[in-house]
Amino acid sequence: MEILIEGVTALVAEPGRIAMMLIGAVLMYLGIKKQYEPTLLVPMGLGTILVNIPGSGVLMTGGEPGPFQILFDAGIETELFPLLLFIGIGAMIDFGPLLTNPFLLLFGAAAQFGIFFVIIVASLLGFDINDAASAGIIAAADGPTSIFVANSLGSKYMGAIMVAAYSYMALVPIIQPAAVKAVTTKKERRIRMNYNPRAVSKTAKILFPVIICVIAGLIAPDSLPLVGFLMFGNLLRECGVLDNLSMSAQNELVNLISILLGLCVSVKMEYHDFLQVDTLIIMALGLLGFVMDSVGGVLFAKLLNLFRKEKINPMIGAAGISAFPMSSRVIQKLATEEDPQNFILMQAAGANVAGQIASVVAGGLVLGLLL
Amino acid sequence: MTFNLENLEVAFQILGLGWGGIFLVMLIIYLVSLVLGRIFPPSESE
Repeated sequence: MEILIEGVTALVAEPGRIAMMLIGAVLMYLGIKKQYEPTLLVPMGLGTILVNIPGSGVLMTGGEPGPFQILFDAGIETELFPLLLFIGIGAMIDFGPLLTNPFLLLFGAAAQFGIFFVIIVASLLGFDINDAASAGIIAAADGPTSIFVANSLGSKYMGAIMVAAYSYMALVPIIQPAAVKAVTTKKERRIRMNYNPRAVSKTAKILFPVIICVIAGLIAPDSLPLVGFLMFGNLLRECGVLDNLSMSAQNELVNLISILLGLCVSVKMEYHDFLQVDTLIIMALGLLGFVMDSVGGVLFAKLLNLFRKEKINPMIGAAGISAFPMSSRVIQKLATEEDPQNFILMQAAGANVAGQIASVVAGGLVLGLLL
Repeated sequence: MTFNLENLEVAFQILGLGWGGIFLVMLIIYLVSLVLGRIFPPSESE
């Protein structure tokens, strides 16, 4: 009883801990009730509660690192968890729609604009360049890349960056329509696009991930851990002789890493690290980045339309972010809202897959320029 | 947090080299995809 009273007193003495527990509860609510990225928000939510209990044994026990700290040191400090997650993501991606229409690759590049916009805004706000870049990379709309880059740059806002990256990704259906509608007209959103699917050979699908590794490695060697693991996963999928490994990567590996990642990231959710004005600013910058990604992609498509006879629906540009397949579905929904007979899902999916490649390349380039 | 002009210069450099670099990589991948499609067309069964 005495111990309980001591614990409650310690908790009440530091209201920040209670506030963080409430934040943890909100994360779990969003994951369970709203189903926003539950695989990460649920473990992260409970983890946030656990690390904010006074004298929590998950962080330190008997003067030795506790289980969360050990997991963090082994999986995040070493960058192993985000990379392993990439194997699973790579195994899930079908580059078919992209290889059918490789022109869509350019939208993947255009829709990374938010990253660079946020780096500039964060620098203007007085953030250290490494923290500014880590905030910018939230706009890669790619959780593992955000963790990898923020950790490599030694950002002190790791917790905020993780929460922002994953929660905004879950909020793409809310963020993107508003951003897209702000920079397009009804007429533009009604533009129809012809889709002429052509088959892609198995050899081309097998060679594609290998060649991307070589190109990305030669231009941005720092991107190779990200690109290499992503493409390794894709090679498992496409080679045709490792279906069991591909399925394991897509299911067991992704599930296991998601559990561990969500739990151990909460090491950075202690109240004294998280409850700062800077954290709120980082979260706001992340949101700005997501908006500017969509705006950048749409404006690039509009620019191309100035020179093209066959017009592109500019919303395709917004699908060039990495949040796959959510973003392409959102764009298709927007197109259908304006014209129920307008089907641009395949083009949007191609741009969306391009966004996956572009986001890891962006992460590697930012690292290469700063390290 | 204090504004530092040097940081801003680096941020603009990252914009130019980083975003430009992504376009370069994606452009090369685009060209490679076209070449792959030419060299390895799908067989009739595909």
